[in-house]
Amino acid sequence: MGIEVQRVSKTFGSFKALKDVSLKVNDGELVTLLGPSGSGKTTLLRIIAGLELPDDDDKGAVLFSGEDVAKKHVRDRQVGFVFQHYALFKHMSVFDNIAFGLRVRPKHERPSKQAIKDKVMSLLKLIQLEQFATRFPSQLSGGQRQRVALARALAIEPRVLLLDEPFGALDAKVRQGLRTWLRRLHDEVHVTTILVTHDQEEALEVADRVVVMNQSKIEQVGTPEEVFHKPASEFVIDFLGNVNVFKGRLESGRAHFDTLAMDVPGLAHAPAGHANVYVRPHDLDIDRQKNGSQSLAANIERINPAGAHAKLTLLGVDGNEIQVDLPFERFTALNLKPGELVYVSPRKVHVFAPEYMI
Amino acid sequence: MSPLQETQSLNNQNNLETSVLKPTAKYIDWLSSLVPGLLITLAIGFMALFLVLPLLVIFIEAFKLGLGEYFKSFQDPSAWHAVKLTLIATGISLPLNLVFGIAAAWAIAKFEFVGKSVLITLIDLPFAVSPIISGLIFVLMFGLQGWFGAWLAERDLQIIFAVPGIVLATIFVTFPFVARELIPLMQEQGSDEEQAAISLGATGWQSFFYITLPNIKWAVLYGVILCNARAMGEFGAVSVVSGHIRGKTNTVPLHIEILYNEYNVVAAFAMASLLALMGLVTLALKTFLEWKVQQDRNTTLEPTLAEVH
Amino acid sequence: MTLGYTLLYLTLIVLIPLSGLFIQTMNLSFAEFWNHVTSPRVVASYRLTFGASFIGAAINAVFGFLIAWCLVRYRFPGRRLMDALVDLPFALPTAVSGIALTTIFSKHGWIGQYLEPLGIKAAYSPIGVVIALTFIGLPFVVRTLQPAIEELEKEAEEAAASLGANRLQTFLRVILPTVFPALLTGFALAFARALGEYGSVVFISGNMPGRTEITSLLIITKLEQYDFAGATAIAVVMLVVSFAILLSINLLQWWFSVGRRRVA
Repeated sequence: MGIEVQRVSKTFGSFKALKDVSLKVNDGELVTLLGPSGSGKTTLLRIIAGLELPDDDDKGAVLFSGEDVAKKHVRDRQVGFVFQHYALFKHMSVFDNIAFGLRVRPKHERPSKQAIKDKVMSLLKLIQLEQFATRFPSQLSGGQRQRVALARALAIEPRVLLLDEPFGALDAKVRQGLRTWLRRLHDEVHVTTILVTHDQEEALEVADRVVVMNQSKIEQVGTPEEVFHKPASEFVIDFLGNVNVFKGRLESGRAHFDTLAMDVPGLAHAPAGHANVYVRPHDLDIDRQKNGSQSLAANIERINPAGAHAKLTLLGVDGNEIQVDLPFERFTALNLKPGELVYVSPRKVHVFAPEYMI
Repeated sequence: MSPLQETQSLNNQNNLETSVLKPTAKYIDWLSSLVPGLLITLAIGFMALFLVLPLLVIFIEAFKLGLGEYFKSFQDPSAWHAVKLTLIATGISLPLNLVFGIAAAWAIAKFEFVGKSVLITLIDLPFAVSPIISGLIFVLMFGLQGWFGAWLAERDLQIIFAVPGIVLATIFVTFPFVARELIPLMQEQGSDEEQAAISLGATGWQSFFYITLPNIKWAVLYGVILCNARAMGEFGAVSVVSGHIRGKTNTVPLHIEILYNEYNVVAAFAMASLLALMGLVTLALKTFLEWKVQQDRNTTLEPTLAEVH
Repeated sequence: MTLGYTLLYLTLIVLIPLSGLFIQTMNLSFAEFWNHVTSPRVVASYRLTFGASFIGAAINAVFGFLIAWCLVRYRFPGRRLMDALVDLPFALPTAVSGIALTTIFSKHGWIGQYLEPLGIKAAYSPIGVVIALTFIGLPFVVRTLQPAIEELEKEAEEAAASLGANRLQTFLRVILPTVFPALLTGFALAFARALGEYGSVVFISGNMPGRTEITSLLIITKLEQYDFAGATAIAVVMLVVSFAILLSINLLQWWFSVGRRRVA
């Protein structure tokens, strides 16, 4: 089922949690809402669920398959909502938790006892907790609880699955496992899914498309590849992973920063002025000698060789701190030591001219 | 929380104001606007019927025949004597139980010993005993047929049907008030600050007056006002030991009973209005202290904007 | 030293007098004791005391829940005043509440005059006893439930709603089971307090032997007739019962707190 959010705003007291936000999610898609805390991503999710109402301003609308659900109560929207802290019913067994949504249906819609049992058992199988049916939430680990919460949400055969930081309360290893599992699950059941997270790695790994949010607005919508490699704003590039920032100038389509100058085709007609140049640590290379390509001189401050990449911290001649991620083989081949003077050359840069508006 | 709880503990007060809960989902639903209003109306109605009405009737009955009659009720010397006796009983039991409460809480919070939880339970014991039984036990000890009855009679000493009995019964029923406010608070605070003070050269008494007392002052006051309210208003226990000798062993509540049974309604309610006023002051002080403690907590734990959203 | 003083004071004021009650009972043979505590008048007083206490506590469980719910969940003008007023039965001396309630519910009282034509005799009847015991028990239920309702997870209710549960279903299946331990505790506290209550009841009950005579009053009556043995025997029964109730509350709380700790 496709979902469309049109020009929705939300105000809490004097705080604007959402400012005129629009978003389209296609049927069967898995979309992540990514942003720092306070960016409005959870509010947007809760508005889609019906747990919050958008501001009553005649503009906003929430459409499920083209039908306006703004006036529908959460219980009638048939959404599966998964909470960060599980919100399992503590006094009910795993089985009863999952069966809850079926048992509270009006009598004429309620499945038979046997049908409920079959449904719950098949869901338990799906979440690989078949032997835990009689346990209580307190007897499960965090990861198991979240799987139960997911099964409980799936039991009502939701038209859309909404997950609010579902893995936020779990430790790193469990998160990783559940993430992969969720992606595989989605490929199986294909229910339209929206997942809120502040973890960029999680967002990029799981999603078909990523919605990056900041300060109550959507910054960019795109595939993981697009948002990572073609960030639409300074915020997006800054939020998605480490990045070096150089203050520079833009003049007739060339960006000047530090001792470098590079062509920026996209900003060829921008007026001259300040520009920020962003370079990812893995887009920088290091050489002992100038090798003909543009480079800037820097001193090696610290080296952290643990990991697939060696992480180097350099100090540019003008005092700028520069982070470089070198593939381990390259690092060992160069045999770099702290204190050495080296030449850093960027392979790829992103230039943003703050004053330049298209 | 101990089940022997007579009143809500000051220390257990949760942050009422910070946990403002809006109705969980603000959907468009005619029920959602109706239900809270209906529930609140019901709740207020019940409280009006059972709490406000009795409070009102006291003052209305007291002033039914005008101010003159009201004040005339206090000119009766036995009324004055009852007030005096109530103040004496309260004046003796309050400091005794205050000192005990602080000592007991201190011993329980700052030292480790076997049977601590038994001791805490024993301190709460008087709350579990019906007031009539609280009076009865002293009659059994000091009454004419009691353990010490003969011994006391020989020496012409009277405890039961006399002021000492009333004081004893009052001490018994108000015994736990200060202690039970202080014990959880002082346990929570531990003895780190006192140890720091001693390590800086303070004597035991200095550490008590400069460190311990400022930390527990509100809870002490809270315990004292509750203790005071009960001491002044105790009826059942005092009734058993007093003997109801007018002008001699009648406290204010006992005097009210006599006046009421003599159909002297205005005088009875005039005396009752004094105690009701005391009760209202108690409630106001209690609310103020709870608010005060809340303020202290909020200033130390101011939530940041990030936590709010 | 403080510990020694604490123990001494506790022993003198509480332990010795209380143990005196039990030692006095030892003077009775079991048959005598049994006769004292099972005579028809005494049994009638038990029936009234326990019955009225139970009904009063049950009324408080319903309305106490309602009041606690409103105080925690809703913001409305006068909420703070209402919150403070809940403790009125603690702060108001029992004799004062007793004569006030009697005046309201007697034949010509504010409410009594409307009940009389309906054939309901509130004051000087078992109904009056229930009214007084409801009055004094209310704060126990409200104050026990308030923290429990505050601790309710808002998300559990949202989850129930998102799964299609309506208001009543959410209340019965999610909220009520979660606060049930607190509700039961509050009920038991109100019940235990009502069993021993004296001051607020004696005025409104009318004190007719066998009909509106509560056990506490019967103890006093026996005492005034110099029937020390009878008074003591009944007192022991009441004391043991209230200890048993409070012990079971303790067990109950321990039981639930163990359950809760496993969750945390």
